[in-house]
Amino acid sequence: MSLDHAAVRHIARLARLAIADDQLESLRSDLERVLHLFDDLAAANVNHLAPLAHPHDQTLALRDDIVSEDDRSAQLLALAATAQGGYFLVPKVIE
Amino acid sequence: MNPVSIASISAELAAQRVSALELTDQALARAEHAAALNSFIRLDADAARGAARSIDAMRANGSDLQPLAGIPFAHKDIFCTRGIATTCGSRMLQNFVPPYDAHVVERLAQAGAVSIGKTNMDEFAMGSSNESSAYGAAANPWDHTRVPGGSSGGSAAAVAAGIVPFATGTDTGGSVRQPAAFCGITGLKPTYGRVSRYGMIAYASSLDCAGVLARSAADCAVVLDAIAGFDARDATSVERPGERTAAALSQPLAGLRIGVAREYFSGGVQADVADRVHAALRELQRCGATLVDIGLPNAHHAIAAYYVIAPAEASSNLARYDGVRYGHRAAQARSLDELYSLSRAEGFGAEVQRRILVGTYALSAGYYDAYYLRAQKVRRLIAEDFATAFAGVDLIAGPTAPTTAFRIGEKSGDALAMYAADVNTVAVNLAGLPAISVPAGFADDGLPVGLQLIAPAFAEARLLNAAHQLQQATDWHLQVPAGTP
Repeated sequence: MSLDHAAVRHIARLARLAIADDQLESLRSDLERVLHLFDDLAAANVNHLAPLAHPHDQTLALRDDIVSEDDRSAQLLALAATAQGGYFLVPKVIE
Repeated sequence: MNPVSIASISAELAAQRVSALELTDQALARAEHAAALNSFIRLDADAARGAARSIDAMRANGSDLQPLAGIPFAHKDIFCTRGIATTCGSRMLQNFVPPYDAHVVERLAQAGAVSIGKTNMDEFAMGSSNESSAYGAAANPWDHTRVPGGSSGGSAAAVAAGIVPFATGTDTGGSVRQPAAFCGITGLKPTYGRVSRYGMIAYASSLDCAGVLARSAADCAVVLDAIAGFDARDATSVERPGERTAAALSQPLAGLRIGVAREYFSGGVQADVADRVHAALRELQRCGATLVDIGLPNAHHAIAAYYVIAPAEASSNLARYDGVRYGHRAAQARSLDELYSLSRAEGFGAEVQRRILVGTYALSAGYYDAYYLRAQKVRRLIAEDFATAFAGVDLIAGPTAPTTAFRIGEKSGDALAMYAADVNTVAVNLAGLPAISVPAGFADDGLPVGLQLIAPAFAEARLLNAAHQLQQATDWHLQVPAGTP
């Protein structure tokens, strides 16, 4: 698998990571090396197998549909860099 | 002072020959003395002394206390601690003060154990050397020019240096076992689901597992019994009532079949590391166990599968760090999109960004089937390898890591060389099994070697008993670095 700079920019965009132009080449070569490691997967004989997403076959526990936690909105809003009137603040979205 | 067990410290406390406050002061003083190791991101002296005083008061009042009451320890800085900064080794969470405690933190506090601070770690637990920490690399107490391993490197160094008798850790691909091996201590990774992940900052949710770093298997058992058990706040937590491992450590090993996995001795395993592990296995044989040569034919696919699945899950888990609700927020963002991408670029270090990009790629349109789905199929292949092997043996053994601790800086510029260090540990996480690393002597370079034992799911009692019997017959786990108090 080979990557070009446009592909790296696309992945960074999907991941919402700002990357500078001078990082592009080193990131490209790093990622390409890691992706080569994955070539090994193609050699495994897995055609007959179902994917395993979770280590144990278990049924998720169900709980009663009742409120189990107090209102912590004030505590949680206090963690934000900027909040106002019970809301998180972000840069203006609509001009 | 020779290493002392949790049981013996507990007995001293019960007899009131030493107080929890004295032990806490001693641990804090040792941490200050060993500051060059950089094993702690923060010490919480006042909170620790307050907790110790309250245990001492309860004891003076005749309260019935648990075995860990008054024992100082340290938490890996991945566990949320209410009112105490929790950084996960990242600039992203430099100022994050959680409003709640992790399950493991609650349980150990309920048991009366006294946390003296938060230990250093690879950023977001992504690393095998502790070098990716935003708070600087930690050093190995056996040789300060070497890494302590990672990602729970600070916890391993703090225990090995005699600062605390035990520390918490997490193990997503070997992050408890490999640092335990590098630092000459015992590291337990329980079965996936045995210990609640509530409040444990997520890296790869289907692999993440809370664990214990301590001097001995017996000490790991005491701590496991305190932190294990069902917790409704973690949907993957497993209900297994009534299982106590500390009480099950006196079983003879006669009849125990240990599968020696030949793949774990191949490839890049240092010859002297393999020798020491074989010697430890012969000790287990002398204890009554039978050694059986076995194969895990798909073991060589584990690194590739792991380094697709873990970054894929990480890219999803770490999407929450957006600069809005908590964590680092870029000051210069002009739009919402810039707020996300600049906050993340400024807050995350290079290795975390690399894994997010790899994971994003593996999950992206056009590549999902070839990478993520295929890696999940390989994961099943690896789990089936273990299941087949466990039909004929009770435990599986091999070296924990292929080498002894490498030099600080030796692999930090080469991600693939670093990933290769996880070759013998990642498969265990893919299959969700419990495993332990126990000291197995010293390689020719004088550095510790670890023996890894792996058990079927939920067979921690069998695993810890075998490790304990080995430690009853040998003194490798009692060796400490020069200058250790």
